[in-house]
Amino acid sequence: MNLPAQRAASFQPRYTPNGTEQDGELLEISLGPQHPSTHGVFRMDATLDGEQVVKLKPVCGYLHRNHEKIAEGASYLAAMPYTDRLDYFCSLTSNWAYALTVEKLAGLAVPERAEYLRIITAELTRVQNHACVCGFLLQDMGALGTPLMYAFREREKVLDLFESLTGARMMCNYLRFGGCRNDAPAGWLDAVSQLVASFPQFLDEFEALLTTNEILLARTQGIGPLTPELAINAGLTGPLLRAAGVNYDLRKVDRYGFYDRFEFRIPLGDHGDVYDRYMIRVLEMRESLKILEQALKSIPTGPVMDPKAKLRGFRPKAGEAYGRLESPKGELGFYLISDGGPNPYRYRIRPPSFINLTLLEDMCLGRPLADVVVILGSIDIVMGEVDR
Amino acid sequence: MKSLAQLKSEIEAAVTGARLEILPNPAVPAQSSLRVDPAQASAVARFLRDTPQLQFDFCSNVTGVDWPERTEKVKLKQVVDGAEQEIEETRSSLGFLEVVYHLYSVALKDGPLILRQRTVNRSDDCRVASLTPIWRSCEFQEREVFDLFGVQFTDHPDLRRILMWDGFVDHPMRKDYVEPDDYEYEPTPHDEVLERAQQHYPTQEAST
Amino acid sequence: MIDEGLKNELAKQGVFVTSLQELYNWGRSNSVWPLSFGLACCAIEMMAASMARFDISRFGSEVFRPSPRQADLMIVAGTVTKKMAPQVVRLYNQMPEPKYVIAMGACAISGGPFKQGYNVLKGIDRFLPVDVHIPGCPPRPEALLHALITLQKKIAGESLTGPDRRRHLDPTAPSEFPVPEFGAHDLVPPRNDAVWRPVPLIRPT
Repeated sequence: MNLPAQRAASFQPRYTPNGTEQDGELLEISLGPQHPSTHGVFRMDATLDGEQVVKLKPVCGYLHRNHEKIAEGASYLAAMPYTDRLDYFCSLTSNWAYALTVEKLAGLAVPERAEYLRIITAELTRVQNHACVCGFLLQDMGALGTPLMYAFREREKVLDLFESLTGARMMCNYLRFGGCRNDAPAGWLDAVSQLVASFPQFLDEFEALLTTNEILLARTQGIGPLTPELAINAGLTGPLLRAAGVNYDLRKVDRYGFYDRFEFRIPLGDHGDVYDRYMIRVLEMRESLKILEQALKSIPTGPVMDPKAKLRGFRPKAGEAYGRLESPKGELGFYLISDGGPNPYRYRIRPPSFINLTLLEDMCLGRPLADVVVILGSIDIVMGEVDR
Repeated sequence: MKSLAQLKSEIEAAVTGARLEILPNPAVPAQSSLRVDPAQASAVARFLRDTPQLQFDFCSNVTGVDWPERTEKVKLKQVVDGAEQEIEETRSSLGFLEVVYHLYSVALKDGPLILRQRTVNRSDDCRVASLTPIWRSCEFQEREVFDLFGVQFTDHPDLRRILMWDGFVDHPMRKDYVEPDDYEYEPTPHDEVLERAQQHYPTQEAST
Repeated sequence: MIDEGLKNELAKQGVFVTSLQELYNWGRSNSVWPLSFGLACCAIEMMAASMARFDISRFGSEVFRPSPRQADLMIVAGTVTKKMAPQVVRLYNQMPEPKYVIAMGACAISGGPFKQGYNVLKGIDRFLPVDVHIPGCPPRPEALLHALITLQKKIAGESLTGPDRRRHLDPTAPSEFPVPEFGAHDLVPPRNDAVWRPVPLIRPT
């Protein structure tokens, strides 16, 4: 990497400040909040010169559900179901991020079997999230639903596993401070092994149909490239950062859970464009399957809950903690300030989707409107997380 | 990572006029924070980002925290007229708004370093320096802190509300925010919801 | 109405007898086209209901129309926030009659788990007339299919004439509702009293 001084001078973000004078010839349109391809209630105020984007301001807050304020009024455990609804595709990783932070704050230890179950469910979540993101990206590009149907077919298999383990398809609410709520039922691990064994076939089918498809290549290569310096400075994390070429995956950097016991690679991109992000998600699915195979082979027996953990009347001592993990969207962090009482004093979520939107305008300037939709699809936002 | 005391002396040596304060964190001592004055915050941030040995190039999280005024009664033993007496003293601490920055280094795989800026008070002077010119990731998050807490960030390129609508007047995440009275209908209320429900629905005798 | 026994006898002979009301309602109920309008987590279950395993298109809702001008049904799936509420009402106003609303999930019915939020509208029935409510957080795709079937039965039972005729055949009934504005602290008005009629409660002292 170059010296920071050189790097700081080299990246120049392209950005139009709000309120600059605009020529009367430009067309101002509002994409959203109800729109087939804005991934939820998200609005973009775009100013177009013909077909090219001259200015693009994202407007969010249409799903601001006051999660942080509600959690300040509720106990620590009562905030756990709300974390399910944060990133509603990946409820188990959101649960884990919160449990991780509270365990850091209160100094709780997690038994080995619980950590393995957390890793297995997190990697299953990652697999189904990436499959759906690829499906949604292709739907935005005009493949009206067919890749999405295939992806949702696989997602249903994963949701069946979640339902038998946690009781719910989407809002799992499975983790507790100090472990998991319950152990895997008999035969569950075998069912996961079967899914892991059959998944590569779906990935091969998916890739054979899509990866060398000339429409996909024409519409994604060279669209929305990012330099590594700009990506780091703008706080991008997750597949976007790795597509830009930066080797920063929290599973390897922070080594939370028992990820350092497993062998897996981190795919990196060269250009940071939409095609790199799509390919990185496909490759990450394969790496997750590798982690799942290793975890299923070596999962120990034992308790799934720390015997000393107190569920009722839980009052961690005063202080603060910031815990983060690699969710499928990026770095999901929780910042908790405790004043010794049963409710958190300040409960803050570091939302990866929200911060990944920082460079939306930079990537879209000068591009035709059709590319805006593709770029937004490649950022992979979930409005529950953007607005909280 | 270097200890906070070392970092503090390095920063104070390199940035003129900077006086930092270390705020220990009893729960997670490794995540203690450095408090910086808003006047020098920009220069300190630039130093942290650009020094080759530190390279804090990634600002991960920007949080607003509301600390309202607190009055506590403290019992003190004082010598009055030769005899020791216990006197109760009322101490009031000034309220302020705080902005907490979590910094990491992607190049050196280091961090977190936690910086804090505090406003003067919660009412008329709520300005701190914006670190968006140094770390672009602060842009939306500082807008959110402005929206929900009311902290004014000087030098922010585009400071306007992001989550609430533009005509909204209050700052909802403050501890003294009163939410609008808009849910009366509650089947099984208790506590303050019951009080509010009783205002909307006068109680009647239950017909048994 | 025609006697059921006579109808069956005639049907066995290959003669199909119906009334205009039945025919009209049969056509409408079996091809309800929803507006693609997902707000939050329930939208994912709505999508799952339209995917291969649960397949809402078996029931006639094959196409989710992106434009409100072409849709019959608005499935409000997810939390309606105060910032979004004027847009929801505007979309409803843009839909042509006859139109229906399904409130999917606890949030659309009453605010759900986010009821204490300052930005959360405590139920979409504060501004729009809702035909079917689906409890759940999120309701399973099967629950959404059950709601659709319930709506179809409701449509099939609607009468074309008389005092309880459907709203679009009654020139005095409104089909557009006033759009709330953003106020300084809350929406203005916070609810539409012509539409929202909560059950009166009697509280014991």
